Amino acid sequence: MSAGTPKSLASSGQKPIQEICHPLGAEETASVLTPSPDVGNTITSIGGKTTRVEFDLPEYSVRRRYQDFDWLRTKLEDTQPTHLIPPLPEKFVMKGVVDRFSEEFVETRRKALDKFLKRVADHPVLSFNEHFNAFLSAKDLNKRLGLALLSKMGESVKYVTGGYKLRGRPVEFSAMGDYLDMFTQKLGTIDRIAQRIIKEQSEYQVELREYGPVYTTWALSEAELQGPLEGVASCMANCSSALDELTQDMSEDFLPVLREYVLYIESMKIVLKKRDNIQAEYEAKLEAAAFRKEEKASCTQVPTDVEKCHDRVECCNADLKSDWDRWQNNKRQDFRQLLTGMADHNIQYYEKCLAAWESVIPLLRDKQPQETETEED
Amino acid sequence: MLTNNFFSLEISVAEAEKRTGKNTVNMQEIYTVYLIETRPVDALTEGITPDSLWRRYSEFELLRNYLLVTYPFVVVAPLPEKRAEIVWHKLSADNMDPDFVERRRVGLENFLHRVASHPVLCNDNIFNIFLTEVNWKEMVYETGFQAKADSRLKAVNAAFRVKNPDGRFTELKHYSDELQTVLSQLLRVRARVADRLYGVYKVHGNYGRVFSEWSAIEKEMGDGLQSAGHHMDAYAASVDDILEEEEHYADQLKEYLFYTDALRAVCRKHELTQFELEMVALDLACKKQQKEELVTGTVRTFSLKGMTSKLFGQETAEQREAKLQVLEQQLKEGEEAVKEKNTESDEFVKTAWVDIERFKDQKDRDLKEALISYAVMQISMCKKGIQVWTNAKECFNKM
Repeated sequence: MSAGTPKSLASSGQKPIQEICHPLGAEETASVLTPSPDVGNTITSIGGKTTRVEFDLPEYSVRRRYQDFDWLRTKLEDTQPTHLIPPLPEKFVMKGVVDRFSEEFVETRRKALDKFLKRVADHPVLSFNEHFNAFLSAKDLNKRLGLALLSKMGESVKYVTGGYKLRGRPVEFSAMGDYLDMFTQKLGTIDRIAQRIIKEQSEYQVELREYGPVYTTWALSEAELQGPLEGVASCMANCSSALDELTQDMSEDFLPVLREYVLYIESMKIVLKKRDNIQAEYEAKLEAAAFRKEEKASCTQVPTDVEKCHDRVECCNADLKSDWDRWQNNKRQDFRQLLTGMADHNIQYYEKCLAAWESVIPLLRDKQPQETETEED
Repeated sequence: MLTNNFFSLEISVAEAEKRTGKNTVNMQEIYTVYLIETRPVDALTEGITPDSLWRRYSEFELLRNYLLVTYPFVVVAPLPEKRAEIVWHKLSADNMDPDFVERRRVGLENFLHRVASHPVLCNDNIFNIFLTEVNWKEMVYETGFQAKADSRLKAVNAAFRVKNPDGRFTELKHYSDELQTVLSQLLRVRARVADRLYGVYKVHGNYGRVFSEWSAIEKEMGDGLQSAGHHMDAYAASVDDILEEEEHYADQLKEYLFYTDALRAVCRKHELTQFELEMVALDLACKKQQKEELVTGTVRTFSLKGMTSKLFGQETAEQREAKLQVLEQQLKEGEEAVKEKNTESDEFVKTAWVDIERFKDQKDRDLKEALISYAVMQISMCKKGIQVWTNAKECFNKM
């Protein structure tokens, strides 16, 4: 059992994790976009439904700010130091670069926060964390916040910056680290490509917006050709707005999710580092004990604190492996969704353009478009 | 090859080749020649080898100039560009570039077809000789057409000073100016659009590469990523064909852009004939006035006659009689000239307007077809896009 599991788990007679169909549906029902008077943060309202026994009510609705999420994450890190805690969207955004009250920004952040809660809720250990419980249900989180600020520099720091040197890292964990490094690189490349495409598409659109109206101007000097030329002009206007939608969708749906994954990778790297430090601590203690043993030849038992350390290492490795597997699975699903989404956006764009051009053909062919029965496909 | 109702020969500009030779200033130059093949329409096409000869671009220009001078009432089809202009940047602007040469070959063939299908031009002897006789140049110079050409200066002068041009020609001149402006702009913007479209497609090729690299570090996701990457590569590559096809549309627009020059040439000819008529009529009116003065003895105070008579005295009765006779002769000649010019002008207006109506119908038909084929091209491009992204989506689903 990992450290910090709430006591209620053992005593509440919970069903095993696998039998709860959806451990916690922490669904976002609505975002309340009201800036608070002093600092100007937006407040998110969370609607939760649960089948869990330890919660008092089956449904909740609470209002939370970004710093509440931040508090929760810190608490989770402190209380579950060996587990991978999902990341939050970036806390600080440069003023002037991004409009913190723009619809797109708030929506992007809302989606990221929603994802954070879902990932925690899906986790077999984290979902039972008492702080998570409080976050979802407590009416007034503020009282706890005061204490939380003080204890912010919690135990997790110790594990990350532990001053022990690691001797031999098991191969599988090294492989994980290597993979994460390469994966980060690939994501960076994909991000740059996506940005470049958006830029090229915007420039293409600028030219398109000039192209269509020239046909309209031409139509003015023509008689027989006037109808066809105006048809072509309006067709191009339709294609132009379809392109606009595609570019927006990619900016709003694709890029933020990609960037958020980089944060997810960072969280994973931190967990790997913590594991390294725990192992290093154990190795150091083991070495010290062995040294002492040599001096007191009579002592044959392994001292208890070394044994505890050993347990901790084993525990950590096991937690990490299961978290890693889960992370890989999530990654696979998330990217499948992300990339099929990108494909869908592009398909929709082309379908809109296709419809526009197909509707122009009868106009170009005959004088009375209503007379055509079928168009060639 | 194109067959037509008026002309007895099938014409094609089949090939293009590079030649080297000495030019007029005795310097080495490289130039392109085009193979013209002709074959009688009636003859069974199987097994009959066509007659052929090689012509340079400058020879086509000579032919066209001859036609312009000899048939000033005809809207003569234009030649393709001498040099590549208004191209999007990936397309070479080099005259020796094989794609440019190919498009020019097509343009020259189109020119010959236009002439061959023209009700008046197709019967021209020099045109037929151009297609069939190697030494055509001697014969075209023998026609002396170059001497008949109106000087540009004369035409411009007439355009400014003509008093009563036919309103339809004035309108036509405005139309051709407007069409020239709008088509130039359209071609320029289209070239820029093509540039941008190229950029969008090509960047997607980078996805191909990164998906391939990424698939190497994945286990279950690897296959899906790898094949999706291939589709991205195919997508990026598809833009080359798309833009090559679109170039054909640009060429069709260019032909009509250059046609505006031919339209303006006909309008100028009308202005010139009308101007000459007006001049001759003015001269006649002047002579009539002079006769009247002589007969009635009235002299306008501020005329040269008035001045000279004040300085040198009145003329004798015999002198006056002699002058009158000369004037009568001149009047008769003048009236003949006016009649002639009138007929000439009317003939010109009539024949020119017939050809202009023919041209308008041709233009409407051709440009409608061009727009339809452009729309068809766009539809094909959209369908290809849907196909590629659907394929990619399937691969992503397998990840």
